[in-house]
Amino acid sequence: MTRAARVSRRSLCASLLALLGAVASAVAAPPKVEDTIAQRVQACTECHGQSGRAASDGYYPRIAGKPAGYLYNQLLNFRDGRRRYALMTTLIDPLSDDYLREIADYFGALDLPYPPHQPVTAPADVLQRGEQLVLRGDAARQLPSCVQCHGQAMTGVAPAIPGLLGLPVDYLIGQLGAWKIGNRRAATPDCMAQIVQRMGPQDIGAAARWLAAQPVPAQSKPASALPQALPISCGVVVQVSKPVASK
Amino acid sequence: MKRIIVALAVFGVLLVAVVVVAVLNFRDEDSVAPVEPESAARTAQLVARGEYIARAGDCRACHTARGGEAYAGGRGIATPFGTLFTSNITPDKRTGIGEWTPGHFWRALHNGRSRDGRLLYPAFPYPNYTRITREDSDALFAYLQSVPPVEQPNTPHALGFPYNTQVSLAVWRALYFRPARHEVDAARSAEWNRGAYLVQSLGHCNACHASRNALGATSGTLDLSGGLILMQNWYAPALTVPGEGGVADWDAQEIVTFLKTGVTPNAWVKGPMAEVVRDSTQYMTDADLHAMASYLKSPPRADEGERQTQVPDPAFLARGAKLYNDHCAKCHGDAGEGVPLIYPKLAGSRAVAMDPPANLVRMVLGGGFSPSTPGNPRPYGMPPFATVLSDDDISAVVTHIRTAWGNEGAMVSARDVYRYRGGLQQ
Repeated sequence: MTRAARVSRRSLCASLLALLGAVASAVAAPPKVEDTIAQRVQACTECHGQSGRAASDGYYPRIAGKPAGYLYNQLLNFRDGRRRYALMTTLIDPLSDDYLREIADYFGALDLPYPPHQPVTAPADVLQRGEQLVLRGDAARQLPSCVQCHGQAMTGVAPAIPGLLGLPVDYLIGQLGAWKIGNRRAATPDCMAQIVQRMGPQDIGAAARWLAAQPVPAQSKPASALPQALPISCGVVVQVSKPVASK
Repeated sequence: MKRIIVALAVFGVLLVAVVVVAVLNFRDEDSVAPVEPESAARTAQLVARGEYIARAGDCRACHTARGGEAYAGGRGIATPFGTLFTSNITPDKRTGIGEWTPGHFWRALHNGRSRDGRLLYPAFPYPNYTRITREDSDALFAYLQSVPPVEQPNTPHALGFPYNTQVSLAVWRALYFRPARHEVDAARSAEWNRGAYLVQSLGHCNACHASRNALGATSGTLDLSGGLILMQNWYAPALTVPGEGGVADWDAQEIVTFLKTGVTPNAWVKGPMAEVVRDSTQYMTDADLHAMASYLKSPPRADEGERQTQVPDPAFLARGAKLYNDHCAKCHGDAGEGVPLIYPKLAGSRAVAMDPPANLVRMVLGGGFSPSTPGNPRPYGMPPFATVLSDDDISAVVTHIRTAWGNEGAMVSARDVYRYRGGLQQ
């Protein structure tokens, strides 16, 4: 083979390769990746729904627009074993406190519409009992009302107390039940655990059903403060104001 | 008469066995002085050195329960023999190691015996820690005596018979444990020797990166030939095989970056190794990481096993390709090209094609983040698909990933996926 032939064969190969490269890049456009927190937390939204609006299965709750301090506390609770869900714990385990707070702040700041309200059917006496517990509590059993802490509009109170509306009845019963048997805990003093211990299964079912039957108000954001002091001492309020500790 | 002889013979053999086991259990053991001179005073410098050694040994990861006080123990270590609970190593006098002396601590590391003389279970990796130097042991002890004491009684191990007896542990130790000291290889550089020390003793790398026999023993601290981590169902790849976790061809700096930040253009740390980077290696000095790199680049290359060449059914592959496009391509790209330092490249990835396929399946099941480190503080994450995709779906999509774009991995069955699911709860 002459030198010229070798060169021309080589340049033919080179142009073929270039052509192949061009075809490959035309077929496979590289993924569009933004340097944003939204892109980083795609790991959350497969279960918690697009932008954390909740999934349709009624199990994974909405996280968008919840008080950021509440979300941060829950991330710490999962990481530190006060809440138990292996997939969630394993997922966030390698992340720093700073990053968990950033993730909580991101979802907490989202202001997205709620889906249309799903009607809940329950006997009238159950709903009546639920309304009683949620709005007025039961003084005879030292049960404060839900609204005393979660806000009169039940949309939560910044930074650490979550809203109670827009959640599926299964989720509400599941959480209160988990508290009852010690599977869900919060920072001590665990006020919610103390309250749930005073509730019977009927109370839990009634309160959850009435809450799930209420539509989310147009103003769905958490209140900025409570009009009065908390009726019971709650560790979560302290937990959220603690400075970030390096792990 | 004959019966008596037989009985005597049996008795004799048993006696010899007991003596042999006992002797083997007390090899290379110094007597522990009841009160030690205060010469090894707890200087700030010694404590600081001990803290660094605690990081390099990753003591805290096991000796701290989830959400518990640091070093107060209580973390359950699941094994095929039952669950072992780590002990309180804070200086609390009643429930911790406040009454220990440096001599007791050295005996625990070097000989695997507790202050009260009990034999310790090798889930505490003393088959590795036996090589720790006495100086490092004393520094580590000084540090542990300086952490806040926590009163927290130890949780009894939950082991079945016979694993719950000291006798069975003594037999195990006679078979598989021999106290050793770190030996310097004069033919190698000081850096390589430092790396060997860190990898074999403090780092206890082969506790995961080697296979274990039916009684849970590895073949020694030099063995880095890879192994499925018991109960966790993650595969710690062979560090000797280029197609697995071998780094002989890597630039030393890339190994250092991997251990320091958890991510390089070619590799992402996930699973149990993410915990190691999170709690241990990210805190190590560049000099020590370079030393580990120097050692890890040196082990003899081992051959890869014969690859299985079962050709998957085209319909199965097509289903996998569709699932890939629906769930994976958005981040990993249509051709598995990934995004540098953000989403792993799947085309040509050895982690993807490796056998067993545990890690790929576990990633799809549980998703995950790389650890937050100063070099990668806000990692991008992958969602879990355990609740979204069935075992059949996952087997199809991982088989597609393992065979597309020039990858030469073997088919993964739904049964494999089901098996690895078991690790999700650990």
